[in-house]
Amino acid sequence: MQDRIKYWKGIEELENTPEFAKHAHNEFPEFLPINEAKGESPSSTVTAPRRDFLKLLGFGLAAATLASCEAPVRKAIPYLNKPVDVEPGVANWYASTYFSHGDYNSILVKTREGRPIKIEPNPTSSVTPLGTSPRAQASVLNLYDNNRLRAPFIKGKESDWAKLDREVMSKLSSVNGKVVLVSSTVISPSTKQLIDEFGVKTGNFEHVVYDANSVSALLGANGGVIPGYDFSKANIIVSIGADFLGSWIAPTPFSKQYIQNRKVSADKKDMSRHYQFETILSLTGANADVRVPIKPSQELALVQALSNSLGGGGSAPAGIDSKAFAAAVKDLNANRGKALVVSGSNDPAVQTLVASINRTLGAEGTTIDTAAPYFVKQGNDAQMLRFIDEMNAGSIGAVFFYKANPAYDHPLADKVVSGLKKVGLTVSFAEIMDETASLVEYVAPDNNYLESWNDFEPKKGFLSIAQPAISPIFTTRQMQDSLLTWNGSSDTFYDYIRNNWRKVATGDFNTFWEKSVHDGVLESGATMLRLNPAAATAAAATTSARPAASGIEAVVYEKIQMGPGYDANNPWLQEMGDPITKATWGNYITISRSDAEAGSIVQGDVLRLTTTGGKTIEAPALIQPGQAVGTVGIAMGYGRTLDTMPVAKGLGANAFPVATVANNSVFFNGPVKQLEKTGATSEIAQMQTHHTIMDRLVVQENTLAKYVENPKEVTEYIRLTTHAGKVKPSTISLWDDYEYKNHHWGMVVDLNSCIGCGACTLSCHIENNVPVVGKAEVLNRREMHWMRIDRYYSAREHKEGEYDVMEHPADNPTVIFQPMMCQHCNHAPCETVCPVAATMHSSEGINQMAYNRCVGTRYCANNCPYKVRRFNWFAYANNDKFDYNMNNDLGKMVLNPDVVVRARGVMEKCSFCVQRVQLGKLEAKRENRRPKDGEIVSACAQSCPTDAIIFGDMLDPESRISKVLAREQGERAFHVLEEINTQPNVTYLTKIRNLA
Amino acid sequence: MISCILKATQKSLIAFLFAVTASFGAWAQASDQETPDAHGVTPGATQGATASSKSGLPVDDPAIVSAGETLFKNNCASCHSAGSNKLVGPGLEGVTQRRSQPWLLKWIKNSQALIQAGDPEAVAIYEEFKKQAMPSFAFSDDEIVSILAFIESGQGVAQAPVGPTDGGERGEGEIGTDAVGAIGPYLDIILVVLIVVLIVLVVTMLLITSLLKNYLNKNKELDEYDYEVVNQRFDFSKIYRSKAVRTLVTLIFVVVLLDLSLDYAMGVGIQEGYQPKQPIAFSHKLHAGDHQINCNYCHTTVYKSRSASIPSANICMNCHSQIKTESAEIQKIYKAVERNRPIEWVRIHNLPDLAYFNHSQHTQVGGIECQTCHGPIQEMEVVAQYAPLTMGWCIDCHRETPLNTKGNGYYDNLVKLHEASSDGAFTVTSNGGAECSKCHY
Repeated sequence: MQDRIKYWKGIEELENTPEFAKHAHNEFPEFLPINEAKGESPSSTVTAPRRDFLKLLGFGLAAATLASCEAPVRKAIPYLNKPVDVEPGVANWYASTYFSHGDYNSILVKTREGRPIKIEPNPTSSVTPLGTSPRAQASVLNLYDNNRLRAPFIKGKESDWAKLDREVMSKLSSVNGKVVLVSSTVISPSTKQLIDEFGVKTGNFEHVVYDANSVSALLGANGGVIPGYDFSKANIIVSIGADFLGSWIAPTPFSKQYIQNRKVSADKKDMSRHYQFETILSLTGANADVRVPIKPSQELALVQALSNSLGGGGSAPAGIDSKAFAAAVKDLNANRGKALVVSGSNDPAVQTLVASINRTLGAEGTTIDTAAPYFVKQGNDAQMLRFIDEMNAGSIGAVFFYKANPAYDHPLADKVVSGLKKVGLTVSFAEIMDETASLVEYVAPDNNYLESWNDFEPKKGFLSIAQPAISPIFTTRQMQDSLLTWNGSSDTFYDYIRNNWRKVATGDFNTFWEKSVHDGVLESGATMLRLNPAAATAAAATTSARPAASGIEAVVYEKIQMGPGYDANNPWLQEMGDPITKATWGNYITISRSDAEAGSIVQGDVLRLTTTGGKTIEAPALIQPGQAVGTVGIAMGYGRTLDTMPVAKGLGANAFPVATVANNSVFFNGPVKQLEKTGATSEIAQMQTHHTIMDRLVVQENTLAKYVENPKEVTEYIRLTTHAGKVKPSTISLWDDYEYKNHHWGMVVDLNSCIGCGACTLSCHIENNVPVVGKAEVLNRREMHWMRIDRYYSAREHKEGEYDVMEHPADNPTVIFQPMMCQHCNHAPCETVCPVAATMHSSEGINQMAYNRCVGTRYCANNCPYKVRRFNWFAYANNDKFDYNMNNDLGKMVLNPDVVVRARGVMEKCSFCVQRVQLGKLEAKRENRRPKDGEIVSACAQSCPTDAIIFGDMLDPESRISKVLAREQGERAFHVLEEINTQPNVTYLTKIRNLA
Repeated sequence: MISCILKATQKSLIAFLFAVTASFGAWAQASDQETPDAHGVTPGATQGATASSKSGLPVDDPAIVSAGETLFKNNCASCHSAGSNKLVGPGLEGVTQRRSQPWLLKWIKNSQALIQAGDPEAVAIYEEFKKQAMPSFAFSDDEIVSILAFIESGQGVAQAPVGPTDGGERGEGEIGTDAVGAIGPYLDIILVVLIVVLIVLVVTMLLITSLLKNYLNKNKELDEYDYEVVNQRFDFSKIYRSKAVRTLVTLIFVVVLLDLSLDYAMGVGIQEGYQPKQPIAFSHKLHAGDHQINCNYCHTTVYKSRSASIPSANICMNCHSQIKTESAEIQKIYKAVERNRPIEWVRIHNLPDLAYFNHSQHTQVGGIECQTCHGPIQEMEVVAQYAPLTMGWCIDCHRETPLNTKGNGYYDNLVKLHEASSDGAFTVTSNGGAECSKCHY
C-alpha cells in the first residue's frame, strides 16, 4: 500500500510526548501507594523499604497460618417455604423492559435464588432483539444501590406510608391552584391512563412532559411524534448532529437497523453510505463514512443549502467542506426513496426543513415508517418553561415529580428551585435522593423497575411488559400504586395493567396474558398509548428560534453511558470508558487541537467557561481530534454535589447551565462569552493509551470499492521471508499444535459491525464480577476491564510523516473501533512464561487462568502481545478504599455466583465466559445430546446490539462461526499480529468503508 | 506421613504374622471362604433377565430403560422404591405383573379419577396407604411405558440404598475381601499368644545365660581373657556419648518434627470427619437408611442443579404434618414456620469459593452415587464429612473413573475418537477433566 494509514490512540501518541513514551515502555506503574494515607503523593514512594516488606511478609504468613487453623462455622440456610419455580443454583429468566429517558430495551432478566444479576436482550422482541445499551446492562446495579431511598420521607425525615398518604391526600383535597405532574417521557399506556385519571380526580391538572435532553423541535415538526425512522432501508444516511447510535432518541433499535445495511459479505457487497455533519466527535460520527465538522450555528444554513440543492442549484454554505456536501447531495438525489436525513438540532426551523427534505426524498413510507412512529421522547420544552413561570408566579398548588429532576438538569434550574418554594404541595417519586427530591416536602420513593409491573409502547403497535423479578427490597412503593392509593382505588397497579390489556387481548384472556408476560412483548399491531395532546402543540416554525452566535460555541451533549445523569450514582457506568475519549469518572471540556494551540491549552488544564448568560463552569480541557474548530463540548449528567449520591459526587461539572433557553425552546448549545485557563490542572482518567500498539498492524480497514473489485485484496496478510520464499507465519513454529477433539471455542469480531458502543465491555464486567477500581486507579493505569474497545484515530499518510495537503491528522481523523480481549492463542506467549503454570491451554482451545495458583509474577502480562491481562493490585472487595458495590452487602447481591471474586495479587483476564461454556455443555449432557450452536454464547456476544461478535464451536461444521470463518478466509478474516504466530482463537474481519 | 509409614509397617507386620500363623494352621483361611461371594452378584441382574420374557415391555432397549430411569428418579423415587419395600407408597417391584398396563396408565395420569370412579383395585390401594393421594403426572404413554420398563428391568432394585438390616453382614463381607484382614477376630488372640510366647522365650534365654554365667564363674577354670568375656558389662554411657548416635537421634528428631508440622500444615482447612451439632437432630440413618427415602425426595435439585439444596421446611411438612408431630425435634420445625424464620443448619461440606462444583454433573451425567463422596450417609445419625474434599481427592477420582458415556449422545463421537487413539479407559481426565478451568473460574 502506497498510502499508509497511520493509526494512533490519542494526541499524545501522535505527537509522541515524553510522558507517553515513558508510559509506553513501562507496562505496570511500579509503585505501591502504601504511603498514600500519610498524605504523600504516591509517586514519591518508589522504594518501599525492603525490611518493612519482609516484616509484613513474615507477619502475613504467621497471621494467615493462625487464621486458617480454625475454620469458621458456616451456616446453610434453606428456604422456609421454597417457591415452586426457584431452584437453588439454577438461573431463572424473566422477560421485562428497561426504559429510561429514551433508552428502550426489551430485556431478559437473569435471576439466581431470586436475585436479578444480569440483563440480556429479549430475542422475541423485534425492536431490540440483538443486544442492549450499556445503561440497560448497568441498570441491575441501580437495584442494589446502597444509596437508594429505603422508606418515604416527609420534610427530609424518614416516615411511613400511612402518614405520607394521609398528609398528601388531605393537602390534595384542599389544594389551592393547579396540580401538575412533571415526568420524563411516559411510554406506558397504563401509567399514562392512570395519570389522566389522577388528573380527572384532582381537577385543574396538567401533565408536564419534560425530557432533560429533549427533542421538542423534532416533535413539533412531525405532529408530536418521532418519525418511524428505519435506518436499515436507507442507502444514504445524512445526519446533522444526530448521535443516533449513541444518545439520540432510541439508540438500541437504531443501531440494530443501521448495522443491517452495513454488514458486507461475498454475497452482499453493498452497504449504506453515512454522512455526518456534527460539532463534537460523537459515536455516530465515528462510524460515518464521511464526517464533516460544523458549528452548531451552521446547522440551519446547512439544512437550508441541502434543501435548496435537492431542488437543483444551491451550494455548500461558507465554512463547510463543499466536496463532502456536493457528494451528499449527489448521493441523496440518486437514492430517492432510499435515503434518510436526520438532525439532532432542537431548532424548530431546522427540524421543519429536515422533515420537508425527507418528504422530498420520498422517505415517508420507505425509510420512515409512517405507521409506526416512536414514542420514546415526548418532552415539551415550551410546556416545561411555562410551568416554571407559573410556579414562580405562585399559581401552582401541587407538583409531583416522576423520573424528572429539573432542579438539576434544567437550564433554568435556579428558577425551578425558587419556584418550588411557592408551591403548597411538593412530592417526588425519586428512587434516590436527587437534587429535586431533596427540595420537596414529600418523597414517595418509587420501586426500581426490576421490582415493578409496567407496560410500554416505544413504537406504535409494539407493546412490551415489565414484570418484577424481585419483590421490593425496601419499603418503597411503585409510583403507580401511590397514584392509585391517592385516587382512592384499592386496586394494585398489576390489576390495573391486566384490566387495561383486556383491550388488546385476543382469545382467552388468561392465556393471552400469560403469553404476553412470558414473551415480554406483544407485536400484534395493537396500540394502546394515548398521546398527550399538549405534546403536539409545539408549533412548526420556519424561522430560527435560536439566538445568533459568534465566537466560541459550546455544545452540551449526552454520553452513551451517562445519559442525562439519572444513573450517575452507578459506579459501573462511571468507570466505563467513553467510546470516543476513553475517559472515565467525570466530564471535561472537549476542544479542538488548533483552538488548544491558539490558547496554549494542554490536556488537563482546567478551563473556566463563561456563557453569555453569565453562568460559569469549570472543567479540565480534553483535546479532541475531530472537534469543530471554534467549538467546545461538555457532557451532561455530571457535577453532582449531593451527599446522597456519593459515587457521582464531585465528578466533573454540571453542563446544563450552558444550554440556552430562547423562544420557548431549549438549545443544547450556546455562545461562550469567555474561555480561559484557571491555572489549575486536573487529570482526566483516560484509558486510551494504556495499552499501546507501537505502530504495529493490529487493525485493518479498506474501502467498499476495493472490496467489490476483489474481496481477496482488502486484507493485508503478513508473510515471513524464508529460504523457501514467503510463507504464512503459522507454518513456522517451535511448538506442537494442540489436537481438539471435543470443542474448539472461538470468536469472530466483525469490525464492520462494531459501532464501539461499549455494551460488551459492561456486559463482560457484570458477568465476570470484575471490580470497579475508581478514578485514582484508572489514572494509575490499573483498570480491571477484561475487555476493552480500542479506539484508533487514523489518517492517510502519503509518505512517512506527510499527510493530506493542508490538513493536520488530528483535525478530522477517521475512527475505527476494535474490541480487544484475550485472544486465547493456541501458541500463547503467556503460558510459556508462567513459573507456576497458573495459565495454560485447555483441550477446548481456551487459555485458562487458575487464580488460586497464580503467585502474581506478572510475567504473563509482560509477555502478552495484546495487553489483555489485568493484575489485581488490591483486594477490591470489602475494602473501604474501593467503596463501590463490592463493599456492601446490598451491592454484593449483584455478583455472579458462578464466578469467583479474585483476591489481591493475581492476574485475571477474559475466560471466554468459561462458566457459560461449562454450563452449556452440562445442560447438553444432561439431555444426552451435543450442544446446539447459539446455546453457548459469551456475555459480550450476547449483549452486542449490532451482532458484531460471534462466539461458537469452530469444530462444529454447522455452527455460525465455522460458516463465517469458511466464507471470510482469505478475504476479511485476519488475526491480530499474525506475524508473531500466536495463532489466536479470536478472528477479526476487516472493516469496510463506503467512502464517497 | 510418619503416621502413614507407621500404618504401612503395621500392615506389613500383620501380613508377616499372618504368614507365620498361616503356616501353623490352615483353619484361619478356611473360615472366610464363603464371605467374598455374598455380595458379588447384584440381585437385579438376574431378575432383569428373567422378567424380560413375561410382559410386552421393552426391557431390552437400554435407551428406553435409561429414559425411564431418569423419569423414575426425578418423579417417582421420592415416594416409591423400585424394590418391594414400602416408602410413602408401595414398592413397585413386580407391579407390571400385579396390574394391567392400561390400568397403570390411568392410575399414573390421574389416580383420583380412578378412585372416584370406584375402581376396586384403586380404592383398595388408596385405603391401604391411609388415603395418601398420589399426585397426577402429565406423562405421555411412552414415558410411562419407559418407567414401567425400567421398573421391570429391575435395575432400580440394585440402586436402592442399602438398608441397615444387612449392614452388619456387609461390613464383615468387606473385611473378608481383604486378604490380610481375613483372619478377623482370631488376629488379636494370635497376637497375644505370640507376644506371650516371645516374652517367655526372652525370659528363658536370660535365665539360661545367667545360669551358664554362674556355672562358669563357679568353676574358676577360666583364664583372664575368658573371664572378661563372661563378665562383660555393657557400658550404656558409651552409647550416650557416641557422636554418631547423637547425630542420628537429632536427625530423627528433626525429621519427625518437620514431618509433623508439615502434616499439620497440610491438614489446615481440611475438615474430614467434621461433625458439627445441628440445630435439629435430624437422622439420615432413620430417613435414608431405615425408611429408605430417596435422597432426591428432600435434596430436590441434586439431579438438576449445582447445589443439591438443603430441603426447605415445607418438604419436611409433607410427612411431618402427620407423622411424629409430638417429637421435640419436629416441634422445632413448627416453631420455625410459625416464627417465619428459616432453620440455620451448620454447613458441613465447605468447598472454597475458588472451586466450582456441580452436583448434577456428577449425579445425573456421571451417574455417581451419593455415597461415593458422602460416605455411608444412610448409616449416619449425625452427618460427618466423609471425604477430605481436597483437590488431590477430586483429581484422583477424575483420573481413575471411567466416563459414564453410555447412551449419552454428547460422548458418542468422543468415545470413538478415544478408542481409535488410546487403549486406556476413557476417564474423566482423558476428556479434559483435570484442566484448571473445569473447576476454577
